[in-house]
Amino acid sequence: MPLLEIQNLTVEFPTISGLFRAVDGVSLTCDTGEILSIVGESGSGKSVSMLALMGLLPGNARITADRMQFDGKDLLTLSARQRRSVIGKDMAMIFQEPMSSLNPCFTVGYQLGETLRLHMGLGRAARRARSIELLQLVGIPAPEDRLGNYPHQMSGGMSQRVMIAMALACNPKLLIADEPTTALDVTIQAQILELLVRLQRENGMALVLITHDMGVVAETAERVQVQYAGQKVEEQPVTGLFTDPHHPYTAALLASLPERAVVGQRLPSIPGVVPGQHDRPDGCLFSPRCAFATDLCRREVHAQGPDFGQALCNYPLRLGIPTGHPTMSVALAGEDA
Amino acid sequence: MAATETKTAAPPSGLAEFWFYFSRNRGAVLGLGIFLVILCLAIAAPLVAPHSPSEQNRAALLLPPVFAKGGQLTYLMGTDPVGRDILSRLIYGARFSLFIGLVVVSLSVISGVLVGLVAGYFRGRVDTVIMRLMDIVLAFPSLLLALVLVAVLGPGLVNAMIAISLVNLPHFVRLTRASVMTERTKDYVIGSQVAGAGTLRLMFMTILPNCLAPLIVQATLAFSAAILDAAALGFLGMGAQPPTPEWGTMLAEAREFIQRAWWVVTFPGLAILITVLAINLMGDGLRDALDPKLKRS
Amino acid sequence: MLRFIFGRLLVLIPTFIGVSIIAFAFIRLLPGDPVMLMSGERVMAPERHAQIMAELGLDRPMYIQYFDYLVGLLQGDFGKSIISKRSVLTDFLTLFPATVELSFCAIVLAVALGIPAGMLAAVKRGTWLDQTIMGTALVGYSMPIFWWGLLLIIFFSGYLGWTPVSGRISLMYFFKPVTGFMLIDSLISGQAGAFKSAVTYLILPTIVLATIPLAVIARQTRSAMLEVLGEDYVRTARSKGLSPFRVVGLHALRNAMIPVITTIGLQIGVLLAGAILTESIFSWPGIGKWMVDSVFKRDYAVVQGGLLLIAAVIMIVNLVVDVLYGLVNPRIRR
Repeated sequence: MPLLEIQNLTVEFPTISGLFRAVDGVSLTCDTGEILSIVGESGSGKSVSMLALMGLLPGNARITADRMQFDGKDLLTLSARQRRSVIGKDMAMIFQEPMSSLNPCFTVGYQLGETLRLHMGLGRAARRARSIELLQLVGIPAPEDRLGNYPHQMSGGMSQRVMIAMALACNPKLLIADEPTTALDVTIQAQILELLVRLQRENGMALVLITHDMGVVAETAERVQVQYAGQKVEEQPVTGLFTDPHHPYTAALLASLPERAVVGQRLPSIPGVVPGQHDRPDGCLFSPRCAFATDLCRREVHAQGPDFGQALCNYPLRLGIPTGHPTMSVALAGEDA
Repeated sequence: MAATETKTAAPPSGLAEFWFYFSRNRGAVLGLGIFLVILCLAIAAPLVAPHSPSEQNRAALLLPPVFAKGGQLTYLMGTDPVGRDILSRLIYGARFSLFIGLVVVSLSVISGVLVGLVAGYFRGRVDTVIMRLMDIVLAFPSLLLALVLVAVLGPGLVNAMIAISLVNLPHFVRLTRASVMTERTKDYVIGSQVAGAGTLRLMFMTILPNCLAPLIVQATLAFSAAILDAAALGFLGMGAQPPTPEWGTMLAEAREFIQRAWWVVTFPGLAILITVLAINLMGDGLRDALDPKLKRS
Repeated sequence: MLRFIFGRLLVLIPTFIGVSIIAFAFIRLLPGDPVMLMSGERVMAPERHAQIMAELGLDRPMYIQYFDYLVGLLQGDFGKSIISKRSVLTDFLTLFPATVELSFCAIVLAVALGIPAGMLAAVKRGTWLDQTIMGTALVGYSMPIFWWGLLLIIFFSGYLGWTPVSGRISLMYFFKPVTGFMLIDSLISGQAGAFKSAVTYLILPTIVLATIPLAVIARQTRSAMLEVLGEDYVRTARSKGLSPFRVVGLHALRNAMIPVITTIGLQIGVLLAGAILTESIFSWPGIGKWMVDSVFKRDYAVVQGGLLLIAAVIMIVNLVVDVLYGLVNPRIRR
């Protein structure tokens, strides 16, 4: 049994104009020692599904799932108290905005020590020793001096290192990193990613890395899951995804990477925006922006099998050619011949 | 769970959205309703009031209200020590209270917005001088300053209104200045300036409309505060003078009878409380509807 | 920290000068002859008029009069009562403890009830509990407190006979004031029942004076709390597996307190304004009643001096609040 297994997770929020479905039937697994990356634009429900897993969504969120298991525990039936003994200890999370994720009113040492006291029951001296050790681990120079600092005295990169140290305090089995580098400078981004991957290897943790940056995915992940408008649209090992994306959305995302641009040509972009609450189409949610969309796509959409990366597409791509497409595949095949 | 629930047609429009948020706050709608009733009563006072507010009935001194022992149907809320109908005096009193609120808010909003706009727009020395002046006004407890001002100007309703407007002024100046300062550096203002808009146009046509939301909320709160302050001055004998049927003044007249006739004390205060409460309920609703920060969830 | 306090003190100087100009101008703006007003005499011969005018220095140019006034203030001369001829400063210092005692009890009551109520409403947002607390707070906020005081007197003093109507302590007890605070003095006096009597006299005025600050603090705590509960660091605290009690009561509250402390500081001015009404209703011998009485007795020298002293008190309290603010908010501390 994998360390983490989620099946058919749906999260909905009540809003003034009805229910808003932020996550729509997402499934995922992640095992010890593995890095799973979840990719998608903002608003694709990546963070929300992980917050649901951690139990950090506001009380008005409606969470349903067929299965939500972590480390042999059924998170759906766990009481609030039991769940709190798991999160922060075996399952930890770091967030997008390191500067605002640390409490401005408490010192770094206090915020680190709090977790250690709660889950490990360490005494004052032991907490201090472990805190220094942790800060060293995440590459903070002169950790003894940092313990008395307030968050506003530190840079963004430094804050994110402290956040990582806090998450690692109790040697978690699973670390969820929600866009850990988005708010940071480019040079710092690479350092933090390197640090995360190193710590993941050393501790043998499972790491779920949420990002919208394909570059980050390419550098770190082993398996990638692509999300669009709350739905999982494709899942593949990272090499396969980059060489042969099966969903038109994945293909379009990759095509818009500057690294893949053909010199002298305009960088392709995806027309339109992710559908919001008020303009959700019927059928395939990507159909309004898809070059291959047909009337069938605007009515309904079917998920493909594992050989097409479970792509949620009626005409999954094979080396850029939509399989079974009424016009395009013939036309393109004809061109080839 | 049903997929149809997650879809709706188009996002709601501006005014409709405002009304949607305002009407979702049941308290605000209740406040608006009560306020409208009081407003109608005040306007139609001569038609609605069963008696003249100054008519004294020597045969009916300190008559209890109709539901208490010894009450009479002609005097629903009883009579005061000189035999005037309390209900009628309260209805006429609504005219004074609403009038006071209106005048005070108009005076302090107009002058406060002008001064605050100047301070926030031009900054520099003008700003420093204006803000120091406002600090001075704020260094006194508002009611004490109003009391002393009335002592200088002489007791009476008009002077009380002037005094309360002056005491209220700094709040509008500060609020306007703060909003103007945040708006002043925004791109749309710079854009308009680059396009050649003059100073006055920038101040009044470009910036001011974008600072209105907090001002409207503050004006509502100032309206109710003015009614309270005027009543307090009346209660201390420095506001409207007897026999004006102003609610605070009525309370002051009734004070010596608190042990003997609870109704002469209870009803005028209740009228103040209900009016002020209704306006504050509306103010809360306005704030929720106009403040985009609190809109979500 | 010391530099911070010193800097704030410097800013106060122009404000204080402005306040003193207002107090100075006050008497000269009053309708009527200042000599008559200051001497309190209605009819006087022209010679006596000239004599008093010279005595009070009213025949000299305005700016010299103001300068003399300012020098007097710095030497602690806040004028003399026209009626009792006592020094305004002495009277102020005698009466001030009564107002401080009342205001202190009121603010303690307001904070002790308002902060938990606001927290509870924020955590239970949207429930009947939230609506009840906030509804009550809005009624309190809209309360004409002079009427509220009368109602409480009618019910508790008149109907139930539980509490006295006016004063600070029963006439049965007499002792020399040591601190000026009745609660402390009654304990020091050692007389049986004196403390209890002082408490019963204090209850109703405290409730009346606390009403509006209590409502404001509860409302402000709720909104500050709601804002803070949506912050990233609260999510971080929850992601550590901390108990909701610790997340709300420590991580959120500590941050929510920053705006609430400012609000509490602003309530001091509201409190002194309320003291004017409360003290008048309960005949509480403090500076609020003293000022109202002086306005009525046309003892303008007292009004002038009292106005200035009260403004000075408010400015000092605001300074203390600023310093406290710096202590709670590490981002300001240097």
